[in-house]
Amino acid sequence: MSNKKLSIVCFSGNFDKAIAAFTIASGAKAVGYEVNLFFTFWGLNIIKKKKGRSFLGKGILSKFFNFLMGGLKNLPLSRLNFGGISPKLLTFLMKKRNVATLEELIKASIDLGVNFYICEMSYVILGYKLDDFIPQIKGILGVSKFLELSQDGEIIFIS
Amino acid sequence: MALDLSNKNVHKIDITKEHCPMTFVKVKLALSEIQSGDVLEILLKKGEPLENVPKSLVEQGYKVLLIENFMDDIYRIYVEK
Repeated sequence: MSNKKLSIVCFSGNFDKAIAAFTIASGAKAVGYEVNLFFTFWGLNIIKKKKGRSFLGKGILSKFFNFLMGGLKNLPLSRLNFGGISPKLLTFLMKKRNVATLEELIKASIDLGVNFYICEMSYVILGYKLDDFIPQIKGILGVSKFLELSQDGEIIFIS
Repeated sequence: MALDLSNKNVHKIDITKEHCPMTFVKVKLALSEIQSGDVLEILLKKGEPLENVPKSLVEQGYKVLLIENFMDDIYRIYVEK
């Protein structure tokens, strides 16, 4: 056991990149790292409470934009998305081969005690409420707080 | 192998069908649910799980009591919390 620390900036809302983020997060937490996940921009789609498309946010533009982005069930594959068929196909293959699916990796990260944070700027732009996200969010942070939390650890940016 | 577990609370987990990172994740979650002094019996496969799970357990201060071949490519580990 040590004070090893890993901070991951989840900028991407792509299905495959979210899998990468949560694989590293859960693996690192299991072997004793303190793990902080910072969700910003497209990454916020991963942790919305409503997993499908929904009109979240303040004002018509935010609501429309959020509807287009969708939630966990609408995350596109970064390549060869084929209108959303590929993530479903990949999830089917993951189950078939006994590899943890994205939802299982997120649950494992939560159960192990990975810390979830939201970037304040993207939160404000789209006029979110904290209640729009899963209840495990520990806080809404600006850059200075992010730097303070990730100090003396490793930082990974997933874009 | 002679390992006396008669006065121990033994819990079991089978991670032979799991892959990275869920191998150690499941072990860690199982350990979080048992009491200090209890023993966890882990069934795992040769290769990445057998190389890394015992190592990570020792690194985190758990006491690995025994590692033995269970059958073919499957191994059994006893670890004390």
